[in-house]
Amino acid sequence: MNRHNSPGRRVFLILNYTFLILLGLACLLPLINVLAISFSSSTAVNAGKVSLWPVEFNLDSYRFVVGKPEFVESFLVSVKRVLVGVPVNMVLTILVAYPLSKERGTFRFRNYYVWYFVITMLFSGGLIPWYMTIRATGILDTFWALILPAAVPIFNVILLLNFFKNIPPEIEEAARIDGSGVWQSLWRIAVPLSAPAIATLTLFCIVTHWNSWFDGLILMNNPAHYPLQTYLQTIIVNRDMSLINVADLTQWAAISDRTSRAAQVFVAMLPVMLVYPFLQKYFSQGIVMGSVKG
Amino acid sequence: MEQVAVGKTGKPQVPSSKLRRSNWRELPYHLMILPGFLLVFIYSYIPMAGIMMAFQRYRPAKGILHSPWVGWSNFEYMLNIPGIYQVLWNTVFIALMKIIAGILVPVVVTLLLNEARVRWFQRGIQTIIYFPHFLSWIILSGILIDILSPSTGVINSLLSFFHIKPVFFLGDVKWFPYTMVLTDTWKEFGYGTIVFLAALTGINPALYEAASIDGAGRWKQTLYVTLPGMLPIIILMTVLSLGNVLNAGFDQIFNLYSAQVYPSGDIIDTLVFRIGMQDANYGVATAVGLFKSVVSLIMIGASYLLAYRFAGYKIF
Repeated sequence: MNRHNSPGRRVFLILNYTFLILLGLACLLPLINVLAISFSSSTAVNAGKVSLWPVEFNLDSYRFVVGKPEFVESFLVSVKRVLVGVPVNMVLTILVAYPLSKERGTFRFRNYYVWYFVITMLFSGGLIPWYMTIRATGILDTFWALILPAAVPIFNVILLLNFFKNIPPEIEEAARIDGSGVWQSLWRIAVPLSAPAIATLTLFCIVTHWNSWFDGLILMNNPAHYPLQTYLQTIIVNRDMSLINVADLTQWAAISDRTSRAAQVFVAMLPVMLVYPFLQKYFSQGIVMGSVKG
Repeated sequence: MEQVAVGKTGKPQVPSSKLRRSNWRELPYHLMILPGFLLVFIYSYIPMAGIMMAFQRYRPAKGILHSPWVGWSNFEYMLNIPGIYQVLWNTVFIALMKIIAGILVPVVVTLLLNEARVRWFQRGIQTIIYFPHFLSWIILSGILIDILSPSTGVINSLLSFFHIKPVFFLGDVKWFPYTMVLTDTWKEFGYGTIVFLAALTGINPALYEAASIDGAGRWKQTLYVTLPGMLPIIILMTVLSLGNVLNAGFDQIFNLYSAQVYPSGDIIDTLVFRIGMQDANYGVATAVGLFKSVVSLIMIGASYLLAYRFAGYKIF
């Protein structure tokens, strides 16, 4: 009917495309602004000349950041927590989700276990008891404090559980008749068939671990144990001067707070940007499965 | 208990030898769950027992088990914290505005994206607007503190170009809550469209054809086909977000606020943090936290019940 666009429709379309482009720019420009600042000279930045393109392009702030032991140290802590924490998350998620995806006829305790895990999403002891418990288990100020307390991501378990449920039971039934055990069914059938879901959840876990800062702030006493985001928190938000040594201060005068901060923010953002294309390929599916978390 | 569980499935009661065999067969399932079970027990259930600190005057030397019990006095103390009702109001105000904006904006953007029929354009915009969701509030604070600065920030130089006086978005009591809502919406609206875009794909194309034959233009089709098609998921998302009325966003506010905006920006979570971690007043912090947990639990319970009753929605 409306094959030919009426003038009104055409005006709407133009406005709509313009609006959507502006929306996209609103998300993009702040990031570009940071990038431009990080590559500019501090004099140009302080004079307010930099908006979206570097002025007096240089790499001084990056050189400063890479040569800063606190930054490099915390970067390595973050890399380590991703490399250790994500496999721990995923193995536990798979191991918990698989039995819970079974019907009650197959696994009679299923519903008790499901409630056991779901309750922790609905109710928690709160900040102080959580901290005291972690202290009591003796992992305060150690690397494991970043891994163990959040080792079982319950929400991911529920997503994967629902995904496992969609696997036709006939496949496992056939395998069982051929003599395959429960463990084999899990690793040979359920996991390979859920590869897209598992890939999505893995990427989510990577981003979560990389972005976590609060646990580092609360559970680490020694700043050398801070993950990158916690370290950034101290320099961006608190401007904790005790973390800055005298040699830094003289360099700070030359490089300026803003350019070096921009460089650190950008470096911290980089890994997320690197996994984002993969993430984006998969995650719509993952979200739709369990879109409905509050 | 086992007998009951078997009975409930509607299967005939099995003789005990068979029961033992099925116990044996289910053993691998228990083993699979065991590591996750233990970790959740230690780091989620033991802290729940720690709630009893809310009823104690905690003494580090005595520990949780031997600290003196003080009844409700921590809660009485809580009600007498100066400005506590303001904190509660700030929390609910910011959280509710975020909930409303967090549904309204994605719905509108979804409808607009739906009208942009050029495929690559749609994909491109989606890719860009999803991205901020994956950045931490630390990174975004770094960016926002810079661009919102009243003296050097890009936003304020833009405003001054239009002869508007600089606004101290993060330091002005009047502006702070709105800055929080705006920046949170900026971070999350793109990601929020995913659910609604998915709902669009579920609308039967025949409905559009029928509407078109009946003479409905694109606007009428949006009004009478697209929106009603999205309505169930809009209602569902609204109901489920009720559980967040006391979640004003700790990560965001903690990293963007300062003492001068406490009057309008201090929320329950940040208050708990300061009472507990900075003043080391564990009993009171636990009491305030418990208050929040209980209210949230009631809201989540009610919202899931509503979602189940009216939309048949089940989480697992």
